Amino acid sequence: MASIDEGGGDGGHKKGPGVKKAKKLSTRVDMTPMVDLGFLLITFFIFTTTMSTPSTMDLFMPKDTDKDEDQNKAKESGALTIMLGKNNAVYYYEGQLLPDASNFQTTTFAKIRDEIISKRKAVIASHQHDPGCEKIWAKNGGDKNSCLDRDFVVVIKPDPDATYKNTVDILDEMTINGVKRFAMVDLFPQELDLIHKTEGTYVAPPAAAPAK
Amino acid sequence: MPSVKMPKKSTATDMTPFVDVAFLILSFFMLATKFKPPEPVEITTPNSVSTKALPENDAILVVLDSAGRVFFSMQAEKDPSLKYTVIKNMNDTRQLGLTEAEMKNFVKTPAIGVPFSQLKQLLAIPADDQRNIKQPGIPIKDSASNELTYWIRDAVNAFASTGKKINYLIKGDNNAKYPQFKEILNSFKRNDIYKFQLVTAVEDVPAGTELYKERAAEAKAGTKPQ
Repeated sequence: MASIDEGGGDGGHKKGPGVKKAKKLSTRVDMTPMVDLGFLLITFFIFTTTMSTPSTMDLFMPKDTDKDEDQNKAKESGALTIMLGKNNAVYYYEGQLLPDASNFQTTTFAKIRDEIISKRKAVIASHQHDPGCEKIWAKNGGDKNSCLDRDFVVVIKPDPDATYKNTVDILDEMTINGVKRFAMVDLFPQELDLIHKTEGTYVAPPAAAPAK
Repeated sequence: MPSVKMPKKSTATDMTPFVDVAFLILSFFMLATKFKPPEPVEITTPNSVSTKALPENDAILVVLDSAGRVFFSMQAEKDPSLKYTVIKNMNDTRQLGLTEAEMKNFVKTPAIGVPFSQLKQLLAIPADDQRNIKQPGIPIKDSASNELTYWIRDAVNAFASTGKKINYLIKGDNNAKYPQFKEILNSFKRNDIYKFQLVTAVEDVPAGTELYKERAAEAKAGTKPQ
């Protein structure tokens, strides 16, 4: 225990017969209350702390347009449509959906990145020299390589069962893979039917809600 | 000497290293901590690779929880009169019949998650106690009853007088469904707002991807001049 040796000035070093040797006092302090307090504060800060600092992700949406000619400007060859379904399922097709839906494919979030990358590569490989585009980029002081994947468009279509997390994840995937053109639109009725068929929740048209 | 006296061993342990560690951890948490602002609901945000910092002021925040409830809040700590302007305007245009005290209470209210019909009830409760009641969320279902649109419109008008850039934040829960998210976007779109910021948690960029290379190149370029 800590106690300060007081009045040791006259008694401490006086040595003589009958005088007992001064007891050597320990300089140790009892640390226990200090530890108690320390851990109390630690627990308090652990519980109140927010470890991850939130960040924000930009999302720019286009203005809604009713005119059909303003839409569908994406070149078919460079389009990749990604649909998000129930339980983190991902569906996609390249170009346009074939009438027999043979190009409708099912995948997962883990594998969709490879699909995006390979599609982007394919679009770049099939890119035809376009002086007009390069001229515009040269004028703006940009990189003319930006013209290479100009035709690459990803269309994101989350279905009503898709979660917000899936939506953010797929938007994030766009940033990760450097996809410059992407759009978030609603599903077509036949696409929704295909998803429901895949999920096994398809209801025959008469019972299904009328498509708007 | 008949026997060897065993030295009396002390049971007291040396606590010093223990204290050292405790205080090291303590100082870490004290420095790393940032107090949570009061929130109406617990939200687990999704992750994204974005590193943009979250703006704390001059923002309109729409929260979407896992049950699909929508909350609206204005982040205007620097100028609380803005919130007062909003509620006063809302009270006048929609005949909510709020008292002066209730409107003052709105300024302190962290977030609103009730339809207009229940707003008076909510604001009658002191701001600190509001978190204890379950709010049903602002109706967003269809264009006729979409009350979020009006909240956004009034908030934008109030912010417009300050001349500052407003941030439109959407904070959704991982398990929130897409249709509700879309309706929130629609509410913004009806006010001619097309640029949003989604609140997310930071995540590492996966190695080998396009963005990874870009970031690496930026980091390299950034260190060169030094």
